[in-house]
Amino acid sequence: MIKILGRNILRFFVLIALQVWVFNNIEFSGFVNPYIYILFILLLPFETPKVVLLFLAMLLGLSVDMFTDTLGMHASASVFMAFIRPYILLTISPRDGYEPGTFPRAYYYGFIWFFKYSLILILLHHLFLFTVETFSFINYYLVIWRTILSTVFTSIAVMISQFIIFRK
Amino acid sequence: MRNLLNFILKHHFVLLFIVFEIISFFFLIQFNNYQKSTFINSSNTIGSKAYRTSNSVGQYFALRNENILLNKALKELYSENTILYKNHKVSTSMILDSVMLQQYTLIPGLVINNSANKQNNYMTLNIGKNQGVDKGMAVISPAGIVGVIKDVSNNFSSVISLLNQNLRISALVKKNGYYGTLKWEGRSYEYASLYDLPGHININIGDTIITSGYSAIFPKGILIGTVSEIDNYKGGDFFKIRVKLTTNFKNISNIMVVKNLLKDEQLQLELKAEND
Repeated sequence: MIKILGRNILRFFVLIALQVWVFNNIEFSGFVNPYIYILFILLLPFETPKVVLLFLAMLLGLSVDMFTDTLGMHASASVFMAFIRPYILLTISPRDGYEPGTFPRAYYYGFIWFFKYSLILILLHHLFLFTVETFSFINYYLVIWRTILSTVFTSIAVMISQFIIFRK
Repeated sequence: MRNLLNFILKHHFVLLFIVFEIISFFFLIQFNNYQKSTFINSSNTIGSKAYRTSNSVGQYFALRNENILLNKALKELYSENTILYKNHKVSTSMILDSVMLQQYTLIPGLVINNSANKQNNYMTLNIGKNQGVDKGMAVISPAGIVGVIKDVSNNFSSVISLLNQNLRISALVKKNGYYGTLKWEGRSYEYASLYDLPGHININIGDTIITSGYSAIFPKGILIGTVSEIDNYKGGDFFKIRVKLTTNFKNISNIMVVKNLLKDEQLQLELKAEND
């Protein structure tokens, strides 16, 4: 229990540092900006109480917002993602449900399952984020284009993380 | 009352979600109204310290280009000086200092945080209240205009970049003096759009666009860019012009903050005229 808690706290800070110092500086063609800090919400244990999930997402979003001068933007998007996560987990659960003692990772439930799980959540998060960023529905195709491009890059980063860092 | 409590207990997850979203959007809208100073932003101490550290490393990579740019600006200033010197020798009348009234002073600084890929971009500078920077001052670079100061702390300030859809700047065509409104469209960091130019004027691709000096923020004649595309609405009375910006927002580093010493006087007079 303590181990899981410590690991998640460490992951929280490492992901924010990575996001602010590394990934916010990646700008292909002015459209792509991967947001890998949401990996924190993706990897929280299945048993996390839903209310705690919302609190953590709010904290995570505000922390990222503080560094990018966009107070409320990442917070609203990650809270939305945390809200939708339990329903997505329910929808794509394996036949026998989730076993106790396992975590939502490629290591336990396979590459395909994790890809599905992360892609849906990343896509919804990015769509929400970019809609809030432009704050209007004029030229909405631009928002969709940005969403698709950034989702591809975030997904690649998230999948790579499964094979390099969080192998177990 | 009991039913209400039951309802809250039953739907506490959804309700908490809605509460969090309302808080987030409250922040978001409060923040967009950039007149109100925001409490948490990157000009506060922790954020800017972190950026200063990472920036001091990153700056070395841009040094070459910066040097070229600075050299260019230096060369221009130098040549201006020699011209003045020659004229001074030739002319017999002296210009007394007390005849001229200084209107603008410049405060040099460095950009320590910047973005060009968002819909509303902001920058952070390494100068602030202690160096004489205040809200609403103009920011320029050797290549052209950069933005307007939004917020200051003691040693840092945040800037609404020209690449921000909330910023509108009064600009004019240098060769004939017609003015319009410059606004960034949120797409390429190299282009902005100029609206409201009357449709009958003569304008060509490559014409220079400069600031008009009507707003008491930017001095007149600061370079903005050149005309790259002219779009006359079919049957409309106004041009819409695509302007290629001379400032490169991707590698900007050295800037100057423009302090208008007569700003209060001008604004007070204008306010008085409006109220009468």
